[in-house]
Amino acid sequence: MSIRETVNNPHSHWMDGTGPESDIVISSRVRVARNLAHLPFPHLLSREKAEEVIHAVQTAIENRVFREKVGKMELTRMNELTPVERQILVEKHLISPDLLEGFERKAVVLRDDEVFSVMVNEEDHLRLQCLLPGLQLNRAWELVSRLDDGLEATLDYAFDEKLGYLTACPTNVGTGLRASVMLHLPGLVMVNQIKGVLGTITKLGLTVRGLYGEGTEAKGNLFQVSNQVTLGQAEEDIIANLISVTRQLLGQERAAREALYRERREQLEDRVGRAYGLLKHARVMTSDEAMSLFSDLRLGIDMGIIKNIPAPLIIELMVLTRPAFLVKVTGKDLSPVERDIYRAQLIRKKLSAAQQS
Amino acid sequence: MECERCHQRPATVHLTEIINNEKRTMRLCEQCARELQAQAMGFFPQINLHNFLAGLLHNEFGFPTTGPTVAPAGARCEACGLTEAQFARQGLLGCGECYRYFGPRLEPVFRRIHGNTCHTGKVPERTGGKVRVINRIERLKAQLREAISREEFERAAELRDTIRELEKELQEG
Repeated sequence: MSIRETVNNPHSHWMDGTGPESDIVISSRVRVARNLAHLPFPHLLSREKAEEVIHAVQTAIENRVFREKVGKMELTRMNELTPVERQILVEKHLISPDLLEGFERKAVVLRDDEVFSVMVNEEDHLRLQCLLPGLQLNRAWELVSRLDDGLEATLDYAFDEKLGYLTACPTNVGTGLRASVMLHLPGLVMVNQIKGVLGTITKLGLTVRGLYGEGTEAKGNLFQVSNQVTLGQAEEDIIANLISVTRQLLGQERAAREALYRERREQLEDRVGRAYGLLKHARVMTSDEAMSLFSDLRLGIDMGIIKNIPAPLIIELMVLTRPAFLVKVTGKDLSPVERDIYRAQLIRKKLSAAQQS
Repeated sequence: MECERCHQRPATVHLTEIINNEKRTMRLCEQCARELQAQAMGFFPQINLHNFLAGLLHNEFGFPTTGPTVAPAGARCEACGLTEAQFARQGLLGCGECYRYFGPRLEPVFRRIHGNTCHTGKVPERTGGKVRVINRIERLKAQLREAISREEFERAAELRDTIRELEKELQEG
């Protein structure tokens, strides 16, 4: 497996649907921000110095200690990839959209299974990420910490005894840790409780974002909940807080689903059935429409209304039918209308294949 | 009268906002009024974190919160050359040294964002040095207290010896 396979294959380990609570918690992510001592942060780096950072990371991942702790990882400069391939890495949640800006100075380091990725020269010199399916935040932190130790075996970090890990933005200083869970909450949306629930979360030192991070909309009833505070709490405490809030949300979402099933069963089954019908037979489908239908269908699968479609397929379809992947799959530049046609075609194909198997 | 937001175009619109029962009237030019309303209606994506932070920093660093900023002379990080004005505008520090350089003035910012000014989490394994040892001693002392309360004296003695060794190590640097 290599970066080529990564950009050609829509599947990633985090989409497996294998972790605990995976009917609602799609994935768990932990990232830490690290910077190298004695170099300006990326937004002030000259081209040569940016190159120096990439070079240092390349050396660090070839080190024996790193290999033993983490395994083999591959560094790819962003300019070695086509614009479509770069976008695919965003669509697979392996990098952030910010890594695309000024990509000539940036790089990504990936492990084969895509559980680990390191962004080089994003807002900080290093952003280490671990992405796992289901609710596995503790495991993700454990792994990312090991990756961190592996890199620190040879790299000198900017670290202050009082302030902890120093980052470009003061909102990340301290642990540099951002832990997040991606949640599918159609029940709370349907019973009109989502605003209140999410509003409460922000009072607990957590933030809620859309599917692709900061500033993005919540499409397909997918919400990302993450910690806000990085200074003054140990990593384990930050994660424990997020887990306990997530468990509350799980409880509320399940209660909402039960209430829907009990009190509005016909409407619920109708909604799921319509989504399934449209996805199976539509000929033109926009990305937004697909996302909201996927959400309905996924809910139907999780609630046992639809039986012959595996739940992880829906997450895979969500990624596969994003614009960049469609371009990759069809191998040509598509106009928005063509994209909608191909999208519908791909969905029909995938769903009927799933039904037959 | 000039627009209260951009301080450039003439104010032609009176915009009244009621937030938490507090009424506020602004005199704005048409463009600013449209932008503000679009924000209120949710047409704009969430507030960009950096802009938001820049606003906080503006307050802290004594710059006006609206209108174009004029960089004050002097005040820049000796290591990377980042000026206060640049920092207040972008919300990003320039290098690790900036934290030392702008130090005391960042504290209120940390307190506002994190409610805290002191790191208590992970310390680098190889280069963490002293901090790592200090943290380890703290953890061992907690274990020691627990061992004593459980009357596990053999274990307590072991822990006490380890703590002494570490403290010696620390003193010898």
